[in-house]
Amino acid sequence: MHISVTRLGKTFFRKKQQTIAYENLNFHIRQGEFFCILGPSGCGKTSLLRTIAGLEAATSGELNIQPLDSSKPSSIGMVFQEHGLFPWMTIRNNIRFLLENNAHMVGYDLDAIVNEFIHLVGLTKFADYFPHQLSGGMRQRVSIARSFANEPDILLMDEPFVFLDYQTRCALHGLLLEIWQRKKKTLVFVTHDIEEAVFLADRVLVMSAHPGTVKTIIDISLPRPRDFLTLRKLPAYQNQVNELMELLRAEDEALDHNNKQPV
Amino acid sequence: MLKNRYFWLFMSPLSILLLWETSTRSGLLDPRFFPAPSAIFNYLLFTSPSEGLWVDISASLYRIFWGYLAGCASGIALGVIMGLNHTVRVMIYPLVALLYPIPKIAILPLIMLVFGIGEMSKIVIVAIGSFFLVLINTLHGVDSVAKIYHDVAQVYRIKKHNFILRVILPGASPAIFTGLKLAIGYSLVIVVAAEFSGADAGIGYLIWQSWETFSIKAMYAGIFVIGALGLAFSLTLNFLERRLTPWRDDDK
Repeated sequence: MHISVTRLGKTFFRKKQQTIAYENLNFHIRQGEFFCILGPSGCGKTSLLRTIAGLEAATSGELNIQPLDSSKPSSIGMVFQEHGLFPWMTIRNNIRFLLENNAHMVGYDLDAIVNEFIHLVGLTKFADYFPHQLSGGMRQRVSIARSFANEPDILLMDEPFVFLDYQTRCALHGLLLEIWQRKKKTLVFVTHDIEEAVFLADRVLVMSAHPGTVKTIIDISLPRPRDFLTLRKLPAYQNQVNELMELLRAEDEALDHNNKQPV
Repeated sequence: MLKNRYFWLFMSPLSILLLWETSTRSGLLDPRFFPAPSAIFNYLLFTSPSEGLWVDISASLYRIFWGYLAGCASGIALGVIMGLNHTVRVMIYPLVALLYPIPKIAILPLIMLVFGIGEMSKIVIVAIGSFFLVLINTLHGVDSVAKIYHDVAQVYRIKKHNFILRVILPGASPAIFTGLKLAIGYSLVIVVAAEFSGADAGIGYLIWQSWETFSIKAMYAGIFVIGALGLAFSLTLNFLERRLTPWRDDDK
């Protein structure tokens, strides 16, 4: 599995007005890595993720997704910001429904897979609840379980924890890393949260806004398995966070400067 | 106090009947035009020619059942198709907007011309009446299914039939049920109106016939039966809605 992005660009046309979501993006995502796309809101990072997911089309350049098994089309899993679960299905059926429609899952014991992943995210007791009966954090656990259960080649996550409180977010970071390390999936994670990116990622792509372009790609060389309480005491962690903060602040200032220019 | 909805289910109509009963007995209302409810119930349950009444009720029920079923099924089907297929929607919507506001009873003569004066024309007119209400509400329901569910279905390559049956229909179900409830009431209205002319049995026939022969109690009996059926239908649909959409149990 390998994703290569070459001179990729997307422009929206709305009421004769053009808005450039992102342009001239060039980068590769490697098999099995945890790849974060970090950027301020409006930098086109969600749009980029949706393009990789096949939900939107780019308007220029090339996106090439090389599947693991070249005889099959690459399969993609996605976790959305919130409300990605079907409210009319129980937790169990939310996971099972996607498996039933997955051509790669034919012949497998789906119930066993469902149970395994519900257990993995610690929701065995809630398997037959409906999503609205669960807290926001529990719902995102289900979304994560659902995306991993499908055994996709690539997992895409669009700020999945953005609406959760700090405590819950920390717990889910730990859980996500644990499952990711166990299942060895290529994971592309979009966020605007610097600490989240540093804590989770192998590499962080920093985007600049208006229009979205690749500012830089940074290797996060922190040891795994990572634990937040230990990690945040490491100077290396602090340095990475500071470096990214400065990059993004320079971005903000450039933006302010631009906005102050007379048009 | 409102917790006990079954209490009010009986108390609300009962209090009106009680007021009516006392008004008639005290001479405030003319018993020739407004016979006491007790007299009407007595007629309805004991002294009416039992065979005749049952024939009328079952005739109306038969027409409602098939007409409503056909109208709702086709309304849901076309609503889903129009909701998901832009081309079909653009082509058909003007026809719907054009035909929907025509009072259905106004086309009864046309229907009888095509389907004859027998059962079929009454079933068809009920079906047409239900069809538009269910179609318009289903279309609205399909539109209201949030975009994110379309996204999830697309990313995970949900098969078309599964998408319709397990994503679109449940997502649209609140609006569909609104349509079904409107349509069952409307079916009663239409079937009674259709039976006023060109029928030899049915609740509408009973009411019209009783009016013509000045059998006021029988006329009221027909009206009571319509009310009771309306109540029974809406209770049944509410029950079905709660059963079929358990994830919405905290809404009400």
